[in-house]
Amino acid sequence: MTVHNLYLFDRNGVCLHYSEWHRKKQAGIPKEEYKLMYGMLFSIRSFVSKMSPLDMKDGFLAFQTSRYKLHYYETPTGIKVVMNTDLGVGPIRDVLHHIYSALYVELVVKNPLCPLGQTVQSELFRSRLDSYVRSLPFFSARAG
Amino acid sequence: MSRQANRGTESKKMSSELFTLTYGALVTQLCKDYENDEDVNKQLDKMGFNIGVRLIEDFLARSNVGRCHDFRETADVIAKVAFKMYLGITPSITNWSPAGDEFSLILENNPLVDFVELPDNHSSLIYSNLLCGVLRGALEMAVARQLPLRFPTVPQVQMAVEAKFVQDTLKGDGVTEIRMRFIRRIEDNLPAGEE
Repeated sequence: MTVHNLYLFDRNGVCLHYSEWHRKKQAGIPKEEYKLMYGMLFSIRSFVSKMSPLDMKDGFLAFQTSRYKLHYYETPTGIKVVMNTDLGVGPIRDVLHHIYSALYVELVVKNPLCPLGQTVQSELFRSRLDSYVRSLPFFSARAG
Repeated sequence: MSRQANRGTESKKMSSELFTLTYGALVTQLCKDYENDEDVNKQLDKMGFNIGVRLIEDFLARSNVGRCHDFRETADVIAKVAFKMYLGITPSITNWSPAGDEFSLILENNPLVDFVELPDNHSSLIYSNLLCGVLRGALEMAVARQLPLRFPTVPQVQMAVEAKFVQDTLKGDGVTEIRMRFIRRIEDNLPAGEE
């Protein structure tokens, strides 16, 4: 079980942060990839809510393929946390919420010297996020 | 400097006197820097706005409140959760307009104005205007779910609201009243250049 990578977007589609741990195949230029990812999420979110046969509660949560699973968490302010893991990982909404509340909000939003709306420069944020993900029960150092 | 990574929903305790005096020092300094009350009011609103856009993230991180479906739900969350969390008071909600797009928050006591008396030469100063800015900034970032309609992409919209003081105990009124008015929804769009 493992975590492949993580994206953090704001409500305007700006990629605030990207980290990867195990990724064997690259999609192309990172900037293009972020736009693709954001565009896909935007479309899938509205599609999911339109097609829902019942009243929607949380909206789009995850999708999976035969090789990986993409987990999604969005706040009412439009901050989106996206994590790709392998298939053995179950629902991790609480993990994504923790990344938002204990890492992004604590270390970036509350720091008046960290400007919002652009890629996070904070080294503290990057390293805390890295330690947190590595400490997750479903993260193993070897991709598998 | 090491920081607590996870505080959960606990709040750090701080002396309310320190808070009130700090706010008072801020307003006093602004009055010295800008010679007229109108400019001070504008600055307070602007500062409040900048606080609000960040404060809303902290609020969402700590309160587990989801999206508000309409303005009434928003009003409830503001009065019962947000004000309680940040200022320790619970204003009451009254005076809804017939269209449901305006309401008033009545504050029996306002922690910002403990010990404060407005001098005569500052009669048009809106002392607590920072609060209006905070409300504006926070709501502009918060997203309300709109019912999916006939358009192919469903907008997740933010709210532009106006907040202003209509009664103020500092000016002799019995209570402090903030009037909140819903102006419009701002559409959430794809970044420019996407088709």
